[in-house]
Amino acid sequence: MKELSSAIQLIPLENYIFLSVALFSIGMMGVLFRRNTIAILMCLELMFNSVNLLLTAFSAYHSDPSGQVFVFFIMIVAAAEVAVGLSIVVMMKRNVDSIDINLLNRLKW
Amino acid sequence: MIFLFYLLSAIMIFCALLVVFSKNPINNVIYLILCFIAMAGHYILLNAQFLAVVHIIVYTGAIMVLFLFVIMLLNLNKAIIIRKSTVTRISAVVTGGIFFLVLLAATRQTFEIKAKYPFNSEIGLVSGIGKTLFGEFLLPFEISSILFISAMVGAMMFGKKDA
Repeated sequence: MKELSSAIQLIPLENYIFLSVALFSIGMMGVLFRRNTIAILMCLELMFNSVNLLLTAFSAYHSDPSGQVFVFFIMIVAAAEVAVGLSIVVMMKRNVDSIDINLLNRLKW
Repeated sequence: MIFLFYLLSAIMIFCALLVVFSKNPINNVIYLILCFIAMAGHYILLNAQFLAVVHIIVYTGAIMVLFLFVIMLLNLNKAIIIRKSTVTRISAVVTGGIFFLVLLAATRQTFEIKAKYPFNSEIGLVSGIGKTLFGEFLLPFEISSILFISAMVGAMMFGKKDA
Protein backbone atom coordinates (compact mmCIF):
# COMPACT_ATOMS: atom_id res chain seq x y z
CA MET A 1 0.00 0.00 0.00
CA LYS A 2 2.78 2.38 0.93
CA GLU A 3 4.74 1.70 -2.26
CA LEU A 4 1.57 2.05 -4.32
CA SER A 5 0.75 5.40 -2.74
CA SER A 6 4.20 6.85 -3.17
CA ALA A 7 4.23 5.70 -6.79
CA ILE A 8 1.12 7.81 -7.31
CA GLN A 9 3.07 10.98 -6.72
CA LEU A 10 5.29 10.09 -9.65
CA ILE A 11 2.63 11.46 -11.97
CA PRO A 12 3.60 15.11 -12.42
CA LEU A 13 1.09 17.68 -11.27
CA GLU A 14 1.34 19.40 -14.67
CA ASN A 15 -0.40 16.43 -16.27
CA TYR A 16 -3.45 16.97 -14.08
CA ILE A 17 -3.43 20.70 -14.82
CA PHE A 18 -3.37 20.03 -18.57
CA LEU A 19 -6.09 17.39 -18.32
CA SER A 20 -8.46 19.57 -16.35
CA VAL A 21 -7.77 22.61 -18.57
CA ALA A 22 -8.66 20.46 -21.59
CA LEU A 23 -11.84 19.19 -19.94
CA PHE A 24 -12.88 22.69 -18.91
CA SER A 25 -12.34 23.96 -22.46
CA ILE A 26 -14.37 21.09 -23.90
CA GLY A 27 -17.17 21.88 -21.46
CA MET A 28 -17.10 25.57 -22.33
CA MET A 29 -17.10 24.74 -26.03
CA GLY A 30 -20.13 22.53 -25.47
CA VAL A 31 -22.02 25.30 -23.68
CA LEU A 32 -21.42 27.58 -26.65
CA PHE A 33 -21.97 24.83 -29.22
CA ARG A 34 -25.23 23.18 -28.21
CA ARG A 35 -28.77 24.52 -28.22
CA ASN A 36 -30.34 21.63 -26.36
CA THR A 37 -30.78 22.84 -22.76
CA ILE A 38 -30.17 19.39 -21.28
CA ALA A 39 -26.92 19.07 -23.24
CA ILE A 40 -25.86 22.49 -21.92
CA LEU A 41 -26.50 21.29 -18.36
CA MET A 42 -24.40 18.20 -19.09
CA CYS A 43 -21.52 20.35 -20.33
CA LEU A 44 -21.81 22.36 -17.10
CA GLU A 45 -21.34 19.11 -15.20
CA LEU A 46 -18.22 18.46 -17.26
CA MET A 47 -16.80 21.85 -16.23
CA PHE A 48 -17.66 21.22 -12.57
CA ASN A 49 -15.84 17.90 -12.73
CA SER A 50 -12.69 19.27 -14.29
CA VAL A 51 -12.41 21.69 -11.37
CA ASN A 52 -13.09 18.85 -8.94
CA LEU A 53 -10.29 16.80 -10.47
CA LEU A 54 -7.82 19.67 -10.19
CA LEU A 55 -8.75 20.34 -6.55
CA THR A 56 -8.30 16.66 -5.73
CA ALA A 57 -4.96 16.52 -7.52
CA PHE A 58 -3.61 19.50 -5.59
CA SER A 59 -5.03 18.15 -2.34
CA ALA A 60 -3.38 14.76 -2.85
CA TYR A 61 -0.13 16.39 -3.89
CA HIS A 62 0.04 18.70 -0.87
CA SER A 63 -1.37 16.03 1.50
CA ASP A 64 -3.98 18.51 2.69
CA PRO A 65 -7.51 17.09 3.13
CA SER A 66 -9.23 20.51 2.87
CA GLY A 67 -9.21 20.32 -0.93
CA GLN A 68 -11.10 17.05 -0.95
CA VAL A 69 -13.65 18.44 1.50
CA PHE A 70 -14.09 21.32 -0.92
CA VAL A 71 -14.76 18.83 -3.72
CA PHE A 72 -17.42 17.32 -1.50
CA PHE A 73 -19.08 20.74 -1.15
CA ILE A 74 -18.90 21.31 -4.90
CA MET A 75 -20.70 17.99 -5.40
CA ILE A 76 -23.42 19.19 -2.98
CA VAL A 77 -23.86 22.42 -4.93
CA ALA A 78 -23.87 20.52 -8.25
CA ALA A 79 -26.61 18.18 -7.03
CA ALA A 80 -28.79 21.13 -5.97
CA GLU A 81 -28.06 22.94 -9.23
CA VAL A 82 -29.03 19.93 -11.35
CA ALA A 83 -32.31 19.48 -9.46
CA VAL A 84 -33.33 23.10 -10.01
CA GLY A 85 -32.01 23.21 -13.59
CA LEU A 86 -33.84 20.09 -14.68
CA SER A 87 -37.08 21.34 -13.15
CA ILE A 88 -36.59 24.55 -15.14
CA VAL A 89 -36.17 22.37 -18.27
CA VAL A 90 -39.39 20.51 -17.45
CA MET A 91 -41.24 23.80 -16.97
CA MET A 92 -39.82 25.14 -20.23
CA LYS A 93 -40.94 22.03 -22.12
CA ARG A 94 -44.39 22.37 -20.61
CA ASN A 95 -44.77 26.06 -21.41
CA VAL A 96 -43.22 26.44 -24.86
CA ASP A 97 -43.07 22.74 -25.91
CA SER A 98 -39.38 22.86 -26.79
CA ILE A 99 -36.05 22.77 -25.01
CA ASP A 100 -34.30 25.04 -27.48
CA ILE A 101 -32.23 27.53 -25.48
CA ASN A 102 -32.84 30.25 -28.08
CA LEU A 103 -36.49 30.41 -27.07
CA LEU A 104 -35.33 31.89 -23.78
CA ASN A 105 -33.76 34.89 -25.48
CA ARG A 106 -36.33 37.23 -23.98
CA LEU A 107 -34.42 36.85 -20.72
CA LYS A 108 -31.78 39.08 -22.30
CA TRP A 109 -33.74 42.24 -21.74
CA MET B 1 1.13 4.13 -13.16
CA ILE B 2 1.69 6.81 -15.75
CA PHE B 3 0.25 4.45 -18.35
CA LEU B 4 -2.97 4.23 -16.33
CA PHE B 5 -3.07 8.01 -16.15
CA TYR B 6 -2.79 8.36 -19.91
CA LEU B 7 -5.35 5.63 -20.55
CA LEU B 8 -7.94 7.21 -18.23
CA SER B 9 -7.23 10.67 -19.63
CA ALA B 10 -7.70 9.46 -23.19
CA ILE B 11 -11.02 7.85 -22.27
CA MET B 12 -12.13 11.04 -20.51
CA ILE B 13 -11.21 13.41 -23.34
CA PHE B 14 -12.76 11.11 -25.97
CA CYS B 15 -16.01 10.74 -24.04
CA ALA B 16 -16.16 14.47 -23.28
CA LEU B 17 -15.80 15.29 -26.98
CA LEU B 18 -18.56 12.81 -27.77
CA VAL B 19 -20.78 14.45 -25.13
CA VAL B 20 -20.41 17.71 -27.01
CA PHE B 21 -20.68 16.42 -30.57
CA SER B 22 -23.11 13.50 -30.33
CA LYS B 23 -26.68 14.44 -31.21
CA ASN B 24 -28.84 11.92 -29.36
CA PRO B 25 -29.43 13.02 -25.72
CA ILE B 26 -29.41 9.42 -24.47
CA ASN B 27 -25.96 8.89 -26.04
CA ASN B 28 -24.81 12.12 -24.40
CA VAL B 29 -25.80 10.81 -20.99
CA ILE B 30 -24.12 7.43 -21.59
CA TYR B 31 -20.86 9.07 -22.69
CA LEU B 32 -20.96 11.42 -19.71
CA ILE B 33 -21.38 8.41 -17.40
CA LEU B 34 -18.32 6.77 -19.05
CA CYS B 35 -16.40 10.00 -18.55
CA PHE B 36 -17.37 10.08 -14.87
CA ILE B 37 -16.34 6.45 -14.34
CA ALA B 38 -12.93 7.28 -15.80
CA MET B 39 -12.80 10.23 -13.44
CA ALA B 40 -13.49 7.90 -10.49
CA GLY B 41 -10.46 5.94 -11.69
CA HIS B 42 -8.46 9.15 -11.54
CA TYR B 43 -9.61 9.70 -7.96
CA ILE B 44 -8.44 6.20 -7.04
CA LEU B 45 -5.10 6.94 -8.71
CA LEU B 46 -4.86 10.06 -6.54
CA ASN B 47 -5.49 7.93 -3.44
CA ALA B 48 -8.84 9.61 -2.76
CA GLN B 49 -11.00 6.54 -2.25
CA PHE B 50 -13.80 8.32 -0.43
CA LEU B 51 -14.21 10.82 -3.26
CA ALA B 52 -14.17 8.03 -5.84
CA VAL B 53 -17.03 6.22 -4.11
CA VAL B 54 -19.02 9.41 -3.53
CA HIS B 55 -18.45 10.41 -7.15
CA ILE B 56 -19.80 7.11 -8.44
CA ILE B 57 -22.80 7.23 -6.08
CA VAL B 58 -23.70 10.90 -6.49
CA TYR B 59 -22.88 11.53 -10.13
CA THR B 60 -23.42 8.32 -12.04
CA GLY B 61 -25.95 7.01 -9.55
CA ALA B 62 -28.09 10.05 -8.87
CA ILE B 63 -27.43 12.98 -11.15
CA MET B 64 -27.13 11.12 -14.45
CA VAL B 65 -30.16 8.97 -13.62
CA LEU B 66 -32.03 12.23 -13.00
CA PHE B 67 -30.93 13.40 -16.46
CA LEU B 68 -32.11 10.12 -17.99
CA PHE B 69 -35.45 10.39 -16.20
CA VAL B 70 -36.04 13.89 -17.49
CA ILE B 71 -35.04 12.93 -21.05
CA MET B 72 -37.41 9.97 -21.04
CA LEU B 73 -40.16 11.88 -19.23
CA LEU B 74 -40.09 14.66 -21.81
CA ASN B 75 -39.82 12.12 -24.65
CA LEU B 76 -36.64 13.66 -26.01
CA ASN B 77 -34.92 10.38 -26.77
CA LYS B 78 -35.07 10.81 -30.51
CA ALA B 79 -32.28 12.88 -32.00
CA ILE B 80 -33.67 16.36 -32.22
CA ILE B 81 -32.08 18.45 -34.90
CA ILE B 82 -31.91 21.84 -33.31
CA ARG B 83 -28.51 23.17 -34.09
CA LYS B 84 -27.01 26.58 -34.17
CA SER B 85 -25.95 28.24 -37.39
CA THR B 86 -22.63 27.17 -38.87
CA VAL B 87 -20.96 30.47 -37.99
CA THR B 88 -21.94 30.12 -34.33
CA ARG B 89 -20.72 26.54 -34.19
CA ILE B 90 -17.38 27.29 -35.81
CA SER B 91 -16.88 30.26 -33.52
CA ALA B 92 -17.76 28.10 -30.52
CA VAL B 93 -15.05 25.60 -31.46
CA VAL B 94 -12.54 28.39 -32.11
CA THR B 95 -13.39 30.03 -28.77
CA GLY B 96 -12.94 26.76 -26.91
CA GLY B 97 -9.61 26.13 -28.63
CA ILE B 98 -8.31 29.62 -27.93
CA PHE B 99 -9.43 29.39 -24.30
CA PHE B 100 -7.57 26.09 -24.00
CA LEU B 101 -4.40 27.57 -25.49
CA VAL B 102 -4.54 30.65 -23.24
CA LEU B 103 -4.99 28.58 -20.08
CA LEU B 104 -2.23 26.22 -21.19
CA ALA B 105 0.17 29.09 -21.86
CA ALA B 106 -0.74 30.70 -18.52
CA THR B 107 -0.08 27.50 -16.57
CA ARG B 108 3.17 26.79 -18.36
CA GLN B 109 4.61 30.05 -17.05
CA THR B 110 3.96 29.25 -13.39
CA PHE B 111 6.68 28.57 -10.90
CA GLU B 112 7.46 25.09 -9.76
CA ILE B 113 4.98 23.72 -7.23
CA LYS B 114 6.43 22.34 -4.02
CA ALA B 115 4.45 20.00 -1.79
CA LYS B 116 3.25 21.78 1.33
CA TYR B 117 3.17 18.90 3.79
CA PRO B 118 5.13 15.63 3.83
CA PHE B 119 3.41 12.82 2.00
CA ASN B 120 0.59 11.18 3.93
CA SER B 121 -1.41 8.37 2.38
CA GLU B 122 -4.25 8.65 4.93
CA ILE B 123 -5.82 11.92 3.83
CA GLY B 124 -8.11 10.51 1.14
CA LEU B 125 -9.65 7.87 3.35
CA VAL B 126 -12.94 8.25 5.15
CA SER B 127 -11.33 9.02 8.52
CA GLY B 128 -9.12 11.79 7.15
CA ILE B 129 -11.94 13.47 5.22
CA GLY B 130 -14.36 13.00 8.12
CA LYS B 131 -12.05 14.63 10.66
CA THR B 132 -11.66 17.68 8.47
CA LEU B 133 -15.32 17.81 7.46
CA PHE B 134 -16.70 17.61 10.99
CA GLY B 135 -13.98 19.72 12.55
CA GLU B 136 -12.85 22.62 10.46
CA PHE B 137 -15.77 22.65 8.00
CA LEU B 138 -18.66 21.84 10.33
CA LEU B 139 -20.54 25.13 9.83
CA PRO B 140 -20.48 25.01 5.97
CA PHE B 141 -21.58 21.38 6.18
CA GLU B 142 -24.61 22.31 8.25
CA ILE B 143 -25.41 25.31 6.07
CA SER B 144 -25.40 23.08 2.98
CA SER B 145 -28.53 21.43 4.38
CA ILE B 146 -30.28 24.81 4.05
CA LEU B 147 -29.10 24.92 0.44
CA PHE B 148 -30.60 21.49 -0.17
CA ILE B 149 -33.93 22.46 1.40
CA SER B 150 -34.12 25.61 -0.69
CA ALA B 151 -33.22 23.65 -3.86
CA MET B 152 -35.92 21.11 -3.05
CA VAL B 153 -38.53 23.81 -2.47
CA GLY B 154 -37.44 25.57 -5.66
CA ALA B 155 -37.70 22.40 -7.72
CA MET B 156 -41.20 21.79 -6.39
CA MET B 157 -42.18 25.39 -7.12
CA PHE B 158 -41.02 25.03 -10.72
CA GLY B 159 -42.66 21.64 -11.03
CA LYS B 160 -46.13 22.84 -10.04
CA LYS B 161 -48.68 22.94 -12.84
CA ASP B 162 -49.91 26.52 -12.43
CA ALA B 163 -46.70 28.19 -11.29
